[in-house]
Amino acid sequence: MLKRTLFAAVSVALVVGGAYAAFFIAPTERTMGDLQRIFYFHASTAWAAMDAFFVCFVANLLYVWKRRQAYEALGVASAEVGLVCTTVVLITGPIWAKPAWGIWWTWDARLTSTFVLWLLYISYLLLRSLIEEPDRRALLSALFGIFAYLDVPLVFFSIRWWRTQHPAPVIMGGPGSGLDPTMNKVFFFNVLAMHLLALFLIIERYGLERMKNDVDVLQREAEAQ
Amino acid sequence: MKNLNSVFAAYVIGWGVFFLFYLTIAKRTSELKEEIERLKNVVGRGRRSDV
Repeated sequence: MLKRTLFAAVSVALVVGGAYAAFFIAPTERTMGDLQRIFYFHASTAWAAMDAFFVCFVANLLYVWKRRQAYEALGVASAEVGLVCTTVVLITGPIWAKPAWGIWWTWDARLTSTFVLWLLYISYLLLRSLIEEPDRRALLSALFGIFAYLDVPLVFFSIRWWRTQHPAPVIMGGPGSGLDPTMNKVFFFNVLAMHLLALFLIIERYGLERMKNDVDVLQREAEAQ
Repeated sequence: MKNLNSVFAAYVIGWGVFFLFYLTIAKRTSELKEEIERLKNVVGRGRRSDV
C-alpha cells in the first residue's frame, strides 16, 4: 500500500513538474508563441499511448501462445490506459489546432489514423464485454488486439510518409528536424512523467482485472456448493 | 501571453481525464473488494455446512 501511494505521489509530482517546466522553463517558440507549450503534454501523452499499446500487443501475443490469465489481464489493463492517453491526445490536439490552424479538425493521415486507433481499441474493449465465455473472450480479444496494433506503426509513420496538416516530426524526424536543447530536455522530462503515470495506471488496472478473476473463481465455487 | 487560455484548457482537461479514469479504477476496486468478501463468506458458510 505504501509503495503504491509512493509510486502515485512520484508520478503525479513528475507530471506537475513537467507542466511547470513546460510553462516556466521551456523557451517561447518563435512562430506559435505560448500555444506551443501544449506540445509537451500532447506529444508526451501520445508516446505513452503508443507504448501502452505496445505492452498490450506483447501481452496479447503471449496470451495466444501461453494462454495465461495474467497476460489477458495485462492486455486489457494496457489497452484501457492506452485508450485514455489517446483520448487525451485527441482532445488536446484540436485545442491546439483551432488557434494554430483555424480549424478544430481535418481528416489528414495523422489525425485520421489516430482516430481509427482510438476506435479500434474501443472495439477491443467492447468485444470483451460482448463475449460471455471467459476462454473464448480472452482468445478472440487477444487476436483482435494483435490486429488493432497494426495501426500503431501507421500512426507513427503517417507524418513521415505523407504530407499532412499535422506538423512533420521534430523528434526522430531526420535531417533538419530537432528541438532547442532546453525544449528537448523539458520534452523528455514530460515523456518520463507521462510514462510513469501510464505505468502506475496500468498496474492499478491490472490489479483490478486480477480481482475480477478472483470474483469469477469464488462465484463458481459458491455455485458449486 | 497569447492563447494561454487554450494551453490551460488542454492541461486541465487532459489531467481531468486521467483523474476521472483513476477514480473509476478506485471505485471498481472497492466494489470488487466488497464482492470478494461477500463471496468468501458464502463459500465459508457452505464449507462449514458440508462438515
